Amino acid sequence: MKCSEFLNELTNYLDGVLDEPTKAELENHLSWCHNCYVVCDTTKKTIEIYRDSQLYELPEDLRSRLRTAIMKKCQQHKKRGPERA
Amino acid sequence: MGAIQNKLEQPVSDELALVQAAKRGDDSAFEELVRRYDRNVFRIALHITQNREDAEDVVQEAFLKAYGNLAKFQEQSKFYTWLVRIAVNEALMKLRRKKPERTVSLDEDIKTEDDSLPREIADWSPNPEQQYNQAELREILSKTIQGLPPGFRTVFVLRDVEGLSTEETAAALELSVPAVKSRLLRARLQLRERLGKFFQRRGNGVSNREDGNRARGDGKR
Repeated sequence: MKCSEFLNELTNYLDGVLDEPTKAELENHLSWCHNCYVVCDTTKKTIEIYRDSQLYELPEDLRSRLRTAIMKKCQQHKKRGPERA
Repeated sequence: MGAIQNKLEQPVSDELALVQAAKRGDDSAFEELVRRYDRNVFRIALHITQNREDAEDVVQEAFLKAYGNLAKFQEQSKFYTWLVRIAVNEALMKLRRKKPERTVSLDEDIKTEDDSLPREIADWSPNPEQQYNQAELREILSKTIQGLPPGFRTVFVLRDVEGLSTEETAAALELSVPAVKSRLLRARLQLRERLGKFFQRRGNGVSNREDGNRARGDGKR
């Protein structure tokens, strides 16, 4: 397996959707190709860091203001009746 | 090295019951759906628009649109996927209004040059995120992801941050599964490359000067 082939399968590998033979081939490649090992490991870390980052959390006060506004508009919508297409 | 684990398995069992109650006019059921997904919609909207006020508008407009069109929701897909599709469209509309000179589309043919091929292969420190405090880290992550084209960033956020499956992401963005996979790979690799600048293992006493050749070395130790 070449590095470019490894890279093509990287997303499937990280997502755990590969069949066993392909997975074994990739892991064999990882065992001797240090560059691909580093790319794979740091890509995995990238995903984990973003996933756990709590970036762009909605603050509770804003959250409840938004919800109140949404429900108020929904009520108004209901009173007006469904819009004609 | 194993596969990454998906963060959230949405409890869908009662989602359908809530949707059906909301369809019958039970607003408290709809409010429960708002509570369940408002944070996700906000995050997705902010990732796309990069503007807090716009993201707040998108949250309101998306839920209102969902409310108004609930009767048309077929219940064949998850309500959340349907809602995400509405929210993504609202967010893209905001973006288009702000940047009319540029077409903003998820379908745009993003250049397929080797822009995602790894150039920096240097390893990272063992716990790279711990080199920075929370505020610094958020700044780094936010700036880094903002540098991606909207089509890449949206796929990455839906798949890797919000935990939608590839198929759900494809449905929400009206893209094919191969298109989602290819964008996801390139988004992941580009983010990795850009984060490397902040997270690379640094040698003792070595200056922080960017030195591509050193970083590109054969990596054998």
